[in-house]
Amino acid sequence: MLELKKVSRLFGGLQALHQVDMHVLEGRIVGLIGPNGAGKTTLINNISGLDHPTSGTIHFEGREIHNLPPHRITGLGIARTYQNIRLFGEMTVLENLLISQHGRGQATVFDSLVFTPRFRAEERRLKDAALQLLERFQLAGMAHLLAGNLPYGDQRRLEMARALATGPKLLLLDEPTAGMNPIETEQLGEQILRLRDEQLTVLVIEHDMSLIHQVCDEIYVLNFGQIIAHGTPDVIKHNPQVIEAYLGREEDAELAGG
Amino acid sequence: MDLLRSIGITEIVFQLMLVNAILGLSIYLTLYTGMFSLANAGFMAIGAYVGVVLTQNYDLPLWAALIGGMLAAGVVAVPIGLPVLRLRDIYLAIATIGFGEVVRILILNFDTLASSISGESVQLTRGALGITGIPKITETWQLLLFLVVTVYILVRLHRSRFGRAMAAVRQDEQAAATMGINVVYVKNAVFIFSAILAASAGVLKAHLTRTISPGDYGFDQVVNILAFAVLGGTSTWLGPIVGGFVLTALPEILREFKQYRGIVNGVILLMVIVYLPGGLVNINGWKRLWRRIRGQPSVTGKIQDAETG
Amino acid sequence: MNITQQIVNAIWLGGVYSLFALGYALVFSVLGVLNLAHSAVFMWGAFIGLVAVTQLNVSVWAAIPLAMVVSGIISIVLDVVAFAPLRRRNAPRISQLISSIGAAILLVNIAQLIFGTQPQRFPLGSIPSDPLEGLPVRITPIQIIILLVAVTLMAVLQYLVVRTRAGQAMRAVAFNQRVASLLGINSGNVFRMTFFLAGALAGAAGVLFGLAYNTITPFMGDSVALKGLTVIVLGGLGNIQGAVVGGFVVAALEVFSIAAGGSNYREAFVFTLLFLILLFRPQGLVGQAAQTRA
Repeated sequence: MLELKKVSRLFGGLQALHQVDMHVLEGRIVGLIGPNGAGKTTLINNISGLDHPTSGTIHFEGREIHNLPPHRITGLGIARTYQNIRLFGEMTVLENLLISQHGRGQATVFDSLVFTPRFRAEERRLKDAALQLLERFQLAGMAHLLAGNLPYGDQRRLEMARALATGPKLLLLDEPTAGMNPIETEQLGEQILRLRDEQLTVLVIEHDMSLIHQVCDEIYVLNFGQIIAHGTPDVIKHNPQVIEAYLGREEDAELAGG
Repeated sequence: MDLLRSIGITEIVFQLMLVNAILGLSIYLTLYTGMFSLANAGFMAIGAYVGVVLTQNYDLPLWAALIGGMLAAGVVAVPIGLPVLRLRDIYLAIATIGFGEVVRILILNFDTLASSISGESVQLTRGALGITGIPKITETWQLLLFLVVTVYILVRLHRSRFGRAMAAVRQDEQAAATMGINVVYVKNAVFIFSAILAASAGVLKAHLTRTISPGDYGFDQVVNILAFAVLGGTSTWLGPIVGGFVLTALPEILREFKQYRGIVNGVILLMVIVYLPGGLVNINGWKRLWRRIRGQPSVTGKIQDAETG
Repeated sequence: MNITQQIVNAIWLGGVYSLFALGYALVFSVLGVLNLAHSAVFMWGAFIGLVAVTQLNVSVWAAIPLAMVVSGIISIVLDVVAFAPLRRRNAPRISQLISSIGAAILLVNIAQLIFGTQPQRFPLGSIPSDPLEGLPVRITPIQIIILLVAVTLMAVLQYLVVRTRAGQAMRAVAFNQRVASLLGINSGNVFRMTFFLAGALAGAAGVLFGLAYNTITPFMGDSVALKGLTVIVLGGLGNIQGAVVGGFVVAALEVFSIAAGGSNYREAFVFTLLFLILLFRPQGLVGQAAQTRA
């Protein structure tokens, strides 16, 4: 479904990504782990079109996407969340979900001006879809609050609901549990597993190893911009290179990050 | 009406208030979308000159001149917007100031330039003196109608898919893009719309004030337009209208203090930006100010962390 | 037209532009804001110099430092009134730009009230005006003085910023305000010092400009304001050395476009250049991409 071939990204003299090969199969939940600064977010940025590879190719469902602008990539069915929550804080929860359905609507400004049936039907449809998502992510009743005023955990869930509202086939989650407590983390894990039941493919960056083991079918390990291991969670767990590069420091990271 | 006149709001003042409200709305559009563009005076000039040439040299009616002026500005906005809107905040502001100045200087020298190219004597923009003796054919009801229609369009725009995209682009361009919004398209479309609106005000105003010259459309003019929007507030369409009204009417009401007019304008602009961040129409801003005046501890606004990613 | 003569003209005009733009660039590099009231301080500098010469009967040599000190103080007041409150609130840079416009309107109108709108001039003989003899090109003493004062002040500024502790503090704050405050640098003091220096430079440029063109009006800052913008964009926003280079480039462009018969278009050339630089080299002519602060 998603295929990266020899993807490299240079920032000035810094090699953020080096010859990354990755293959995400449809319907799977794939984990991407690695120490801080390994290039995980850069990789997600390159897939979602916010950044473009210096060399290498990215294909999605057989289409070359590494030179497309982000909105086109979203249109093809790739959605993402942000590690440092980037909701539209000055807008309501509902508006956030309406905005992310932008590409799923057709009504023009003219339709809005003269209240065409198409406009009214579409607005109703988008709103219904948004309310359903709110229900599903335990945000019902908050539709008219400003997104920026929500408690942290709710913002995290809204971030994910917003990505889903774009109607994706592939969902990229950038540290979805950052700052969550263990109970919230486990609930989120269940949400992610539910996505797979709906035929969604997920690529998740995560620090929390319990979540990775809870949801992932396979794992890629990134270190210094290179993939150093790939396999099932059990295999990765016992890979000495990974233990040295990542798991060894994970305890520190957990201590530091809480 | 007599009451208004007694405090200095004559018909022409009221008409200028309406024109300035339209100008305020034109820069509101770009500000609302997160673009700090200062090209509005330039587009206003394009509208005014094209409109006046159409009514004076081609004997067309005002509505045709209006359409002509708006069209001209819209056409110019496309090649300007595409490269310039890639720039952000201060860089965009400076580039659009540059554009405005180039427009002003080109109009100033249009006749000599055209004469030397065509080989005949061209007298169209008439240099620094400008065009005089334009008939006063803009009427109050036309301005009112135009403003009402513009506001209706803005209200419906905000309720539409496109309007939501505008707000999203302002708040977080990258996040908006990954939510499927074509940021380049939204920015350029709004820029063109803003240019067209500024041009319409240019046409209408030219047929009120009866004279136009390049000096009317310099940096001072764009500062005025910006002041209308900022003073009123840029969070809703009401702000620029209030701002345009207040800043146009106030000097007339205070005409006994004529020599202090500029000082009052400067002080008002400073006070509002410093003490009423959301502009005159922001009720929360007034409340916060009131609390501060009464010496109660103010609730500090949410401070955004500029460092992301 | 004599090329050498044009080069001479470009050099002394460039000195004034650079001096003016230095203050712009200084404030931008330390605070990251564009101070559009800088040109109003420049105008005030010219008037203070004029008042010193005509009312206090001091020489031009005493008038320049006096104008610099007073302009520097005006500039600090500007910071306190228009910038500091917004900084405390963490307001966007655009708000600070708008408040500087408000301050500029205020300063220009106060000047109008006090000095009137009629152009005023330094009395004859304030400075020798006869061209120097025995040279192949026309050079007046004032042109040489302008260039000497401008270059001296630029050198002093360079020394202050690069060699002194205060300059180090300024550069630290410019680089990262948060880190600077961790190092125990009082950023409030640094901001005030920056504004003082910028104002003093603008004041000096104002007096020199007033001497060179011999017309001083409350509106004399307007054309310089936008030209100064071009200068600092050319040099790369916030790049101090770049501003000096930019000043000479803009002056040369102007002088040569007049010489080429395009005096009406000289400003069009300047602003078209501004436009193109922003589009194709937003880091300026001399800067590196990394220096762009966006």
